[in-house]
Order: sequence, then structure tokens, then C-alpha cells
Amino acid sequence: MTPDIRQILKDHARLSTDAATLDAHTDLYQAGMTSHASVNVMLALEDAFDIEFPDSMLKRGVFESIAAIEEAVSTIRDGATA
Amino acid sequence: MSTVASERDAAFLADIRRIADEVAAAHADDVDREARFPAETIAALRDAGALAALVPADLGGADIAFESVAAACFELGRRCGASAMVFAMHQIQVASIVRHHGDSAWFADYLRGLVSEPRLIASATSEVGTGGDMGRSVATVEAGADGGCSFQKQAPTISYGVHADDLLTTVRRAADAEPGDQVAVLTRRDQMTMEPKGSWDPLGMRGTCSPGAVVTATFPAEQILPAPFAVISAVSMTPVSHILWSHLWLGIATDAFDRARAFVRAAAKQKPGETPPSAIRLSHLMSELTLLRAEVSSALTSYVEELATDDGESLQTMASALRYNNLKIAASEQAPRVCQGALGVGGIMAFKNDTPYSVGRHLRDTMSACLMVANERIHQTNARLLLIAKDV
Repeated sequence: MTPDIRQILKDHARLSTDAATLDAHTDLYQAGMTSHASVNVMLALEDAFDIEFPDSMLKRGVFESIAAIEEAVSTIRDGATA
Repeated sequence: MSTVASERDAAFLADIRRIADEVAAAHADDVDREARFPAETIAALRDAGALAALVPADLGGADIAFESVAAACFELGRRCGASAMVFAMHQIQVASIVRHHGDSAWFADYLRGLVSEPRLIASATSEVGTGGDMGRSVATVEAGADGGCSFQKQAPTISYGVHADDLLTTVRRAADAEPGDQVAVLTRRDQMTMEPKGSWDPLGMRGTCSPGAVVTATFPAEQILPAPFAVISAVSMTPVSHILWSHLWLGIATDAFDRARAFVRAAAKQKPGETPPSAIRLSHLMSELTLLRAEVSSALTSYVEELATDDGESLQTMASALRYNNLKIAASEQAPRVCQGALGVGGIMAFKNDTPYSVGRHLRDTMSACLMVANERIHQTNARLLLIAKDV
């Protein structure tokens, strides 16, 4: 899953550093992701993983790092298969 | 709310109504005409302890409920829009500090001091070169060799800047930080210089005295609020601004309606037994005012509920951002509509600036509403959020 997330960040997050080598816990907003770009990241994640983020998850903290995004995607997938 | 708290809130609101009726109303026309700071009203609010209303009890404050502060903005708005706006903007800064100072000893002391020696706080959140986007900064915290910090910021407007004791300013966290990586810094008058830029002769809200300025400040790092500004903005500054502003716009619109009603009653008394034609227009106007009141009131209720249920966590969602953005857009469009309707009821008597039915100031003051964070910019934000938000 992580390589996909990194690719999405590379394509949409407009980070000032390389998404491929970013630490999983680096704050993406501090790395240059704007709130504008974060919406494109969310849309791309929904598309790539065939999921929908519920409104309660559509907030800054859920998308602040690669690790946080992984956790969010897993949470939704687990919920869907449960 | 406990009985003690509700009594305290009732006393606070009684003070506010007295100040609104006796002080703000008396000077409103002069403040407007001269485009001068409503010094008398702010002095009275300061003396009444109203500037520290939101300081919590554990810091020695009156712990007045947010709903009561919103009601105070409405009451002041009925008598002097500019006074209400200065009061509202100050409370926005206090609310942000109260909620986001974390375990900062400096800010806890600052809030305690606000109770014993009230200070007026202004803000510098907009900046030349960011295209009106409050979520980005050019100016930055510069770390000095002695461990101190400094910044210089070019603000296109700072409301009542030269009349304030302190200033809350948004800047980038550090010289190498991204534009969106912001913090908020509180600096005192003796820590900064403000070089005024431009003049102040606007259409309305003239008493807010909001020309631009270049602010230069030096301060210790402890005066930086610990929370990221993005969180402060989502949880406090944006929703609180939109709620308090819309309450005072409702206050202005309500006074315009009251003046229209007074005009109709006077007309009815001249011809007993007949319903004057203007009464029909007043009825139309009432439905417009009711729409505004409903939107303002429901937004306040949902904000207070959101804060209470999960400690403000849900305020960080996009659905919540959309909610309070909509409030701002709707109220800022509806308030001048009501004032223009009042002009239609009172006719020439409302159009003239020196009758009991004059609504020129009301109309001009509420026309500033759509510019305070331009509605088109908020629509742009909403349009983006709507791409992903689900249940709005």
C-alpha cells in the first residue's frame, strides 16, 4: 500500500521534497502540502483504493503523514470487509 | 449552564446592553462621520471587564459563555456596528488564545493579566503577497542570536491596530518553513512598531480604523502559540469569526428593521384605521430578517454542540468548515439585503441621514460584510471541499 500512497503524494501533494524517500512520520503539511493539494490527494486515494472517506475522517490529522494515511485507508478497508 | 454561571452571564449582558444604549448609540454617528475609533465604547467595555469575558475561571476570569459573547456582539451591533466589530475581533483573539495556549505558562499569565488589567487585542492575519489567503504567510519568525525572535510583516489592513495594546500575528514557523506552516504570535505594544500604510476613508465600518501597516516586532519564543495556526484557524478563529461577525451583522439589520417598523407605526398613527402601504413592505422585510436570524442562531447552536461533544475534534472536518463558511456567505449577503429593505420601507425618511428612521449607516456598515474575507474566496474554498466532503 505504501508505494501507492507515495506515488499519489508524488503526483498530487506538491511536496517540496521527494515523496519516495520521505519518512513515514514526516508532517506532510510542513513538507509543503497545501489544503488545496490535500483535497487532490484525498480524491486520488479514494480512486486508487476504491474507498470513500467518511466526513468524520476528512480532516487535517488523518492526512498529515504517510503512516496516518496508511492507517486511515486500513481502517476503512477493515470496516468494509468486517 | 449552572445557576451561578447564568446569573453571571445575565449580569454581563445587562452591562453590555447598558453600554450599547448609553455609550455606543450616543457616539455612533460621530464615529461614522469622522471615521474615528469608538474610544468611549471600548473604554466602557474595558471598565466593565467585558474584554476578559471569555477568560476561564481557573485563570481568574468570569468564564462567560460563548453564546453570551455572541449575544453581546448582537446587542452592540444594534447601536454601533464599528464598536461591535472591534469588540468581536478582540473576542476572536481571546477565544483563540484560551483554546490553544496548551500548557504555556506565558499565555496562562497573559490571560490572568487580561482580567486584572484589560488589554485590547488586534490581529494581523492578512498579508501583502498572499492573494488574500490567510492560510499562507510570507513573513516568518526569525530566530535571533540571543534566543529571541523577530518578524516583519506587511499587512494590507489591521483593524484598530494603533488603538490596540497587543497584536496577534500569523507568520511562518521558521525561515525555511513552507508558506502554509504558520504559527500565531502575540506581541505587546512595547515590543513592536507599526508603520502605517495608506489612508482610511471607507464606505462603512468606518470606526474600525483599518489601514494597512508594516509591523516589526521582537519577542521571546514563548509568545508563539504552541498549536499550529492551521488548527487554531479551523477550530477557533474561522468559526468564531464567522459566528461573532454574523451576530453583529444581525444586530445592525435588526436595528434597521426596528427603524422601518417605527416609521410604519408613525404612518399608521397619522391615519388611524388604515394599514399604511409601507406595512406590507415591512411584512416582506420581516421574513428576510427571520431568515438571517435563523441561520445565525443555528450556526451558533451547532458550534457550541461541536465544541462540547468531542472537544472540537469535528470542527477540523471539511463538513464543519463548509458549515461555517456558509454562515459567513449567507449572513454577509442577507444583512445588507435587510438594510436595503428597511430603506424601501422608510423611503426618503430612511434615506436621509438625520431622521429617527435613517438606515444609511446600517446599509454601508453591512456592505463591508462580503469583503471581510472576500465571499468569492470562500466560494473557491467551498468548491474545493465539496469535491470530497460527503454529507453536507
